[in-house]
Amino acid sequence: MRLSTLNLRMLQRDWRAGELRLLLIALVVAVASVTSVGFFTDRIDQALHRQANELLGGDLLIVANHPIPIEHIQAAEQSGLSHTQTISFLSMVLAGERNELADIKAVSAGYPLRGQLRIAERAFAAGNITRAIPMPGTVWLDARLLNQLGLHIGDMIALGEAQFTVAWILVQEPDRSGDFFSIAPRLLMNINDVAKTQLIQVGSRVSYRLQIAGAAQAVKNFRNSVEPQLKPGERLQGIEDARPEVRSALERAQRFLGLAALVSVLLACVAVAGSARRFTLRHLDDCAIMRCLGATQGLIVRGYVGEMLWLGLVASIVGCVIGYLAQTVLADVLGSLVAADLPTPSWRPILPGLLVGMITLLGFAVPPLLALKNVPTLRVLRREIDVAEPRSLRAYALGLVLLAGLMLWQAGDIKLGLYLIAGSLAAIAFLAGVAFGLVRLLNLFRERGGLAWRFGLANIARRAGGSVVQVVALGLGIMALLLLTLVRGDLLASWQDSLPIQAPNRFIINIQPEQVQPLQAFFARHAVTTPDLYPMVRGRLVKINNRPVTPDDYQEEHAARLVEREFNLSWMTDLPSDNRVIEGRWWGSQEQRQEGFSVEEGIATTLGLKLGDTLSYSIGGTELRGTITSLRKVDWDTFRVNFFVIATPKLLRDYPTSYITSFYLPEDQLELLNSLVQTFPNLTIIDVAAIMTQVRHIIERVSLAVEYVFLFTVLAGLLVLYAAIQATQDERMHEGALLRMLGASRRQLLRGLSAEFVSLGLLAGLVAALAASLLAYILAKQVLHLAYALNPWLWLAGMLAGVVAVMLVGALGLRPILNHPPLQTLRRI
Amino acid sequence: MLHKQVIGPEGSLVLLHDINFSVMPGEAVAIVGASGSGKTTLLGLLAGLDTPSQGRVLLDGQDLFALDEDGRARLRGSMIGFVFQTFQLLPSLTALENVMLPLELNERQPTRAVRETARAVLEQVGLGERLYHYPKQLSGGEQQRVAIARAFAAQPKLLLADEPTGNLDQATGERIIDLLFDLNRAQATTLLLVTHDEALSQRCNRRLRLVAGKLVAASADAVYQDTLPSSVKNNS
Repeated sequence: MRLSTLNLRMLQRDWRAGELRLLLIALVVAVASVTSVGFFTDRIDQALHRQANELLGGDLLIVANHPIPIEHIQAAEQSGLSHTQTISFLSMVLAGERNELADIKAVSAGYPLRGQLRIAERAFAAGNITRAIPMPGTVWLDARLLNQLGLHIGDMIALGEAQFTVAWILVQEPDRSGDFFSIAPRLLMNINDVAKTQLIQVGSRVSYRLQIAGAAQAVKNFRNSVEPQLKPGERLQGIEDARPEVRSALERAQRFLGLAALVSVLLACVAVAGSARRFTLRHLDDCAIMRCLGATQGLIVRGYVGEMLWLGLVASIVGCVIGYLAQTVLADVLGSLVAADLPTPSWRPILPGLLVGMITLLGFAVPPLLALKNVPTLRVLRREIDVAEPRSLRAYALGLVLLAGLMLWQAGDIKLGLYLIAGSLAAIAFLAGVAFGLVRLLNLFRERGGLAWRFGLANIARRAGGSVVQVVALGLGIMALLLLTLVRGDLLASWQDSLPIQAPNRFIINIQPEQVQPLQAFFARHAVTTPDLYPMVRGRLVKINNRPVTPDDYQEEHAARLVEREFNLSWMTDLPSDNRVIEGRWWGSQEQRQEGFSVEEGIATTLGLKLGDTLSYSIGGTELRGTITSLRKVDWDTFRVNFFVIATPKLLRDYPTSYITSFYLPEDQLELLNSLVQTFPNLTIIDVAAIMTQVRHIIERVSLAVEYVFLFTVLAGLLVLYAAIQATQDERMHEGALLRMLGASRRQLLRGLSAEFVSLGLLAGLVAALAASLLAYILAKQVLHLAYALNPWLWLAGMLAGVVAVMLVGALGLRPILNHPPLQTLRRI
Repeated sequence: MLHKQVIGPEGSLVLLHDINFSVMPGEAVAIVGASGSGKTTLLGLLAGLDTPSQGRVLLDGQDLFALDEDGRARLRGSMIGFVFQTFQLLPSLTALENVMLPLELNERQPTRAVRETARAVLEQVGLGERLYHYPKQLSGGEQQRVAIARAFAAQPKLLLADEPTGNLDQATGERIIDLLFDLNRAQATTLLLVTHDEALSQRCNRRLRLVAGKLVAASADAVYQDTLPSSVKNNS
């Protein structure tokens, strides 16, 4: 008989006997968890890569913090490229008594060069594609802004000093990502209308873009000619690095979700190992007989390994299909945060899925099977002859190494990967230690209970090793869910409670110098505590210690971005009350006339700055230089205005300045905002509470996605539990039959088994709650610097979840035990 | 007449037929026969672990098979003790807990009283110092003594012993048998002993010989009449 036929025959026979079900399900769970994340992130990747030029709005972009120089536009024209311009800034939009912060984009004819605009007459309708842009005097609002302002098409709005008619509802805009990265809803206007709004003033944060499109070679030539001529404040953005903030965040999300999925794989491997071990033990006699009948060791190995490979292939395919279906949930929860429509997934994630299936199989199912080749033929006569089982860790070494390799690959960074592996091992060791301690402790109580408890606890104690594995496996999944639900809520609430009662809830930017006193008078008139107004000058860091500095000097992304963008500098005479000097000295009255900087400690660490270093900033074409005379610690949680870099008055006083402030507006005085915007139309008022609500909303959505992935972990944990129950099935059936023979009713038997399962569930829940509480405490105290109180619901929820999970799984394994006729036991003896 | 047949791959297979006998209270009866003669099947029917194809088993006047499975289990717990060749102790329970088991399953006494009874019986079989040892910590003979203690702890009316010395060396086996018969006499329990050992069977009042599922002439050997309890002699 051909080997493949033999393998399939064996697979068929063992499947019919029910020997392979758990193995298959565990493999399917492992592959499905990885591919669900894989398919989802593939859709996001496609949205970014294949639609990159749509996200860019062209083939190439020049982004600047000042109007695009005419020579760039001329160069584009000379290259035969299409071009269009946009100007983006935040501003308040007034509609009657209502006002909202909006993300304003002014566009020129021809926009967008890539992708499409969609407009509609009704909010949230599908809309129609248009090649037009807003006519002068009109604006297009997205549905969110329309709704917030209570507007309809044809209504008027005020933007700065000008009035506009709402012409259409903007449904789709190609170069804008979803809710995730948008601080405010969108208003689209004609670029020629910007001047009449008078919104762009000194200190305004405005982004100017020149979008280019054309033949690939022409774009490339243009890029090569323009790049050396870019001035400070200008940069190029191509398709390969479109929307870096989106890519960066999504890469992190991808990595995290992938690692979360790997926890399921780890537990599935434990279930596979347990199930394979049971399979091996039940086939010892078969192999002895086969050897007796002439089978070689090699044939036995090839037979069983081949059978497993076929099973692995089937399981991996089924897992990929389930993963494909499962990713739709992730796309529903998270997809809209990034883009309106995600493309369908490609086939790429299937290969990693198959790889995970094979690693799980080869690493954890095959090692115990290899023992079958060593079954002595004499076993046919002497059943008591045992086969040496593979020593645990050595046999699974290959599987563990491959699993570690998977983690490193998923982490995308060796250092991070090694930390994760070490962290995972430490976490498992901790959980196992706690579980072992609890199992031993439980055994001390067994005398105090009735027969059922005694029997249940005795079983847990006798199978201590197996009990610990079950408790840790289920505990891991429950812990993850507790962290993502209850602990998340606790930490957010704790942070909220830590804020001062009247912490500032509004920021105002773009205040012009001549508006300072009128604004202070305005607050005084309306009986709102007049806030401090701080001067702000925008400058780019160009040298440190007289050596030019560029983003390329820093490997860390955050540091590179800090150097690339402009700083918000300020000058002050007095140290702000929520700042504390930790090195050096704040300037006295004499030193204020000198040139010095005070730098926040975090940014100093990021950029490698220290006391005594010289910083040079470029402001409006001129360079200003000063020495770091102090480092400060800032309490950012006060929601007051603070600055990374503060200069002495002498350094910055003479530069073009705008002002910024933050203040607390009581809920019953919201109409003040309308009056404020009407009096000072150029001011941008940022609602901190609204941003916090949006951030909270995003955190909730992301948490939901991660919880969904961790459901696979819980499922895998339940499989480990089931594998352990199955492994002891024969023993339990024998014990059950013996008890029935001694006079136990089914109900008494059921009570004993239930006592065991309830205890296991309670242990798993306790371990999960303990680990979650500890992690929460560490996060709160060490990372977030918050107060944290133990949450009793964490313990209750953990234990309840544990008991429900174990009872569900236990119920599946109970029936054969309860129904096993005692006579069969009598025959066996 | 007790009759048991099963349907096999080649048709009907008769395991027991025309079985008809009674056992007096306090009697010790040996069931002997070659392998495959039906001893285990008969034992199973007498304990209510299996159902006959025909016939009844009356235990203390109670028709065993008029009860459901739980009813038979309760009856076993209150009336029957078992001693097996392979001891059949629950490995996760200590010696004391194993002996307490049948009493606890009866749910008639509080746990403290049950514990005391179990302790006393274990002392009676010479294991007073091994109460908290697990079966794997005991020798074969000690495990069988625990099993005997368990069997007698509930003061059963009937004791079923299936090759109780089969897994023991001769010396230990003899001590076990002595213990078994001593306790049996002390409690006036009815004993049904399945054995291959002809010498052992001679210690019983009566022998029932099974050949191919059928009882051959069941005779009370006159030599053993004197060993019957007087209550039994008077009633027979």
